[in-house]
Amino acid sequence: MKTRLTLKDHFRESRLVNDRLIFSAILAGILFAIILVRLATLQIIEYKHFNDLSHNNRMSTQALAPQRGLIYDRNGVVLAENIPTFSLELTPENVHSVDNTLTTLTKLFSLSSDNVAEIKKTIKEQRGFRQVVIRKSLTEKEVALFSVNQHKLTGVDVVARLIRHYPHGALFAHTVGYVGRLNERDQKNVDRNEYKGTLQIGKTGVEKEYEKLLHGKVGFRHIETNVQGRTVRELHREPSHSGQELFLHLDINLQKVASEVLADYNGAIVALEVKTGGVLAMVSKPDFNPNSFVSGISSKEYDLLRDSADRPLFNRSIRGHYPPASTLKPFVALAGLERGIIKSNSKTFCPGWYKLPGHDHRYRCWKTHGHGIVDLKQSLAQSCDVYFYDLANSMGINQLHGFLDHFGFGHLTGIDVPSESSGLSPSREWKIKAKNQVWYPGETLISGIGQGFNQTTPVQLAQATAMLAMRGVHVKPKVARAIRDYNTNELTLLSSETAESLPVINKKNWESVIDSMVEVTTGARGTARLLGKTLPFNVAGKTGTAQVFGIKQNQKYDAETLEKKLQDHALFVGFAPAENPEFVVVVVAENGGSGSKVAAPMAKRMIEEYFGLVAND
Amino acid sequence: MINSLSSPERWSLTLALRAVHIDALLLLGLLVLLGAGLMVLFSAGDQNISLVVRQLIRVGTAFLVLIFLANIHPDRMRDLAYWIYGVGLLLLISVLMVGDEGKGAQRWLNLGIVRFQPSELMKIAVPLSVAAYIAERPLPPSFLRIVVCLVMVFIPSLLISKQPDLGTSLLIASSGLIVIFLSGVSWRFIIGLLISVASALPVLWHLMHNYQKQRVLTFLNPESDPLGAGYHIIQSKIAIGSGGLFGRGWLEGTQSNLAFLPERSTDFIFSVIAEEFGLLGVSMFLFLYLAIAGRGLYIASRAQSSFARLLAGSISLTFLVGVLVNVGMVTGLLPVVGVPLPLVSYGGTSMVTLLASFGILMSIHTHRRMMES
Repeated sequence: MKTRLTLKDHFRESRLVNDRLIFSAILAGILFAIILVRLATLQIIEYKHFNDLSHNNRMSTQALAPQRGLIYDRNGVVLAENIPTFSLELTPENVHSVDNTLTTLTKLFSLSSDNVAEIKKTIKEQRGFRQVVIRKSLTEKEVALFSVNQHKLTGVDVVARLIRHYPHGALFAHTVGYVGRLNERDQKNVDRNEYKGTLQIGKTGVEKEYEKLLHGKVGFRHIETNVQGRTVRELHREPSHSGQELFLHLDINLQKVASEVLADYNGAIVALEVKTGGVLAMVSKPDFNPNSFVSGISSKEYDLLRDSADRPLFNRSIRGHYPPASTLKPFVALAGLERGIIKSNSKTFCPGWYKLPGHDHRYRCWKTHGHGIVDLKQSLAQSCDVYFYDLANSMGINQLHGFLDHFGFGHLTGIDVPSESSGLSPSREWKIKAKNQVWYPGETLISGIGQGFNQTTPVQLAQATAMLAMRGVHVKPKVARAIRDYNTNELTLLSSETAESLPVINKKNWESVIDSMVEVTTGARGTARLLGKTLPFNVAGKTGTAQVFGIKQNQKYDAETLEKKLQDHALFVGFAPAENPEFVVVVVAENGGSGSKVAAPMAKRMIEEYFGLVAND
Repeated sequence: MINSLSSPERWSLTLALRAVHIDALLLLGLLVLLGAGLMVLFSAGDQNISLVVRQLIRVGTAFLVLIFLANIHPDRMRDLAYWIYGVGLLLLISVLMVGDEGKGAQRWLNLGIVRFQPSELMKIAVPLSVAAYIAERPLPPSFLRIVVCLVMVFIPSLLISKQPDLGTSLLIASSGLIVIFLSGVSWRFIIGLLISVASALPVLWHLMHNYQKQRVLTFLNPESDPLGAGYHIIQSKIAIGSGGLFGRGWLEGTQSNLAFLPERSTDFIFSVIAEEFGLLGVSMFLFLYLAIAGRGLYIASRAQSSFARLLAGSISLTFLVGVLVNVGMVTGLLPVVGVPLPLVSYGGTSMVTLLASFGILMSIHTHRRMMES
């Protein structure tokens, strides 16, 4: 072996290997050139593409939900606020053992096994740093319970969030309304960008009507996130602007009285400030607790509300259709006077019934034995039906309908609470269109006493009464009074909306009707004579007792034998002081039986409250 | 540092280094690359200084090994070649039986104080022993010798790919094959071998682990699985591409600092360089690699025995193969096989092995007999 080694030709071998080394070096050079071309392609030619991808990887925008504007009554009492609610939340990545923690939580807060299974599922689906809600709206006791056991519960926190709260519960349920979870349908109706991050939206009442003002302006923050989506830093923040604050015409004290006097009756009370049309009180009964809707009502609770025969979710003050009954009589009387059909001293004999010439049917007066000879004043004061049968018959439905039209009967009042109903003021055209029937003269008679096809909403009655009080000036009813900017604290009063006023032909006619209405509350035979007695000023009013149940000819209405549901509705409309009106009140108590006995006293309490005449006990 | 010294001083420093068998130019290249690498590592490792310190300790240890090997005469290494190879092979077999698992693969041998990867020892043992064996007889080698050499290369390669560590297996196979190529094997033989390897590929596919197959499939179409296996390569390309010509600046790479780029301190550290320093920065890194390998090839060409020439050539070229495979991998030119970027990627034993091989290069260069002078 040694001898052969010496035979190696070193020169030849080194040249052989060096040739291969040179070849390899050239090959390596070519491969490096290919790499360089590749890098140049990525970094120069495709730079923009990859730079965009890099940007998209890490940048994201988060919406900052604005704080919803508060709602106050006219005295500055908060009707809708935002309160912190405490929820128990778990951050999986900060928890040593999810199972152990959940066992501890189950013991402390008695979680159901379904609940725990749900939580476990959520933990699996989410990123570790995302909070998982264990329990919503903790009580103070539960918060305390957590604090005591906090040392055992690393990674579990009590988190405060703002949610809408209505401190007076059911009192303003129908008027202020409520907010609820922003759902898919709501999203179609709003600017999606503005509602990024917003969880709740006004669903009914003022909350819905003034949603745009109350919601505020969304803010944004542009953030850089890492691969897990966790925020690394904030690059830019555009703060949100809180919603405007809303001051309403509503007066909480008046609202309380309205709710109190209506007590267990289904029905509505509407009170207006005459000069502005401001809604001072608006109550619809039965009511409900709007707070149940804020963070999602349980389907059980909702079904109970929806299916209740008393329909608590139904806002009777703007949607309830009631026959105006005798409360329509002042307007009919005014029509007669202004159209020159009667004079203020025109008299009619009431035998207790009225017959159309050539017909046998007896249209009865509520007073079986009749009122005898009555003039306009007494016919209103005692609510004589025969006087108005005669007047309506002489006037005809066309004139009657035309005149009532001016008062807004059968039309939306335009109040700033959504979903109002228009009621019905019948006419020949309407009957042909709706029922494809001709108008019968008898229908004119019962229209004259506000029965038959006539349907009004309480707010409509209030508006018409206010027009009467204002001697023809028409101001739309309005709940919102002023807006306060959250940032500048600047208060902007909302002007009252006036509509076309009624053409007044003779001012005396108006005074004569109003005088007659004062007689209702002060006259010896006035149907609401108890009302005016103790008041230091005159109240113009009119009672109404609306038939729910038709009584056959010669049959007698007997409240005792009738089912509660079939008993008459009790109504009252009025304003005070009669000479220089400030306050309008309308009461509708379903199945109250009698306007003078049930509705008028309720109205009296409202008047006393408004004018500060409440006797201290 | 060296350039700032005046000429006689520079010479005296070079001579002083030569006295302890250190090649000044190679040392300079290595130091510059290692320094730049540590800077990148600081950024890639979430600016965690302790990571850099640990890497620095490894570099220090590796330099001790480098100096030690530089002072051993190449002839002594040749004498010990087969022993080292034998011990390495035994360790490889034992690792398959009793090795510790790390990241789902059996690669480590726990020696109590240090955990040790026998495959790293083979990175040196294979070229060393193949060069020793092939240089026993005049070059070019006989057919029989080539066959023996191929066996010497493929036994450890197969064992390592079983661990499984495809990247290291590939580097070891190429280090041995480079020796065979440099020894002057005829082109006819080489072409014949390439054809037979190509025809053996389907068999190799069959033997591959699922995760290896997945990597190859992902390489062919990374967008097919953007959240799974293709994620690495997509994010790596985004990092490189978004670096542009000048880069985002040191510590400013968003792909790496926000953790979109996986394995950014180890296998994908090149993408961090590309993102933060741009095309200009990576070109400088590539130039440094070429310069170091160029010095190695120069040393090989000036070596005084065929053994030293083959060994030095293999070490220099395998170093370049490592760079090419890693960069090819992160730029999407090659499948992701798990080869770190030499001297820059964070990692234990490979740093020691690499600097050890440069110690061998220095030994070869500084132990020449000065015949010319």
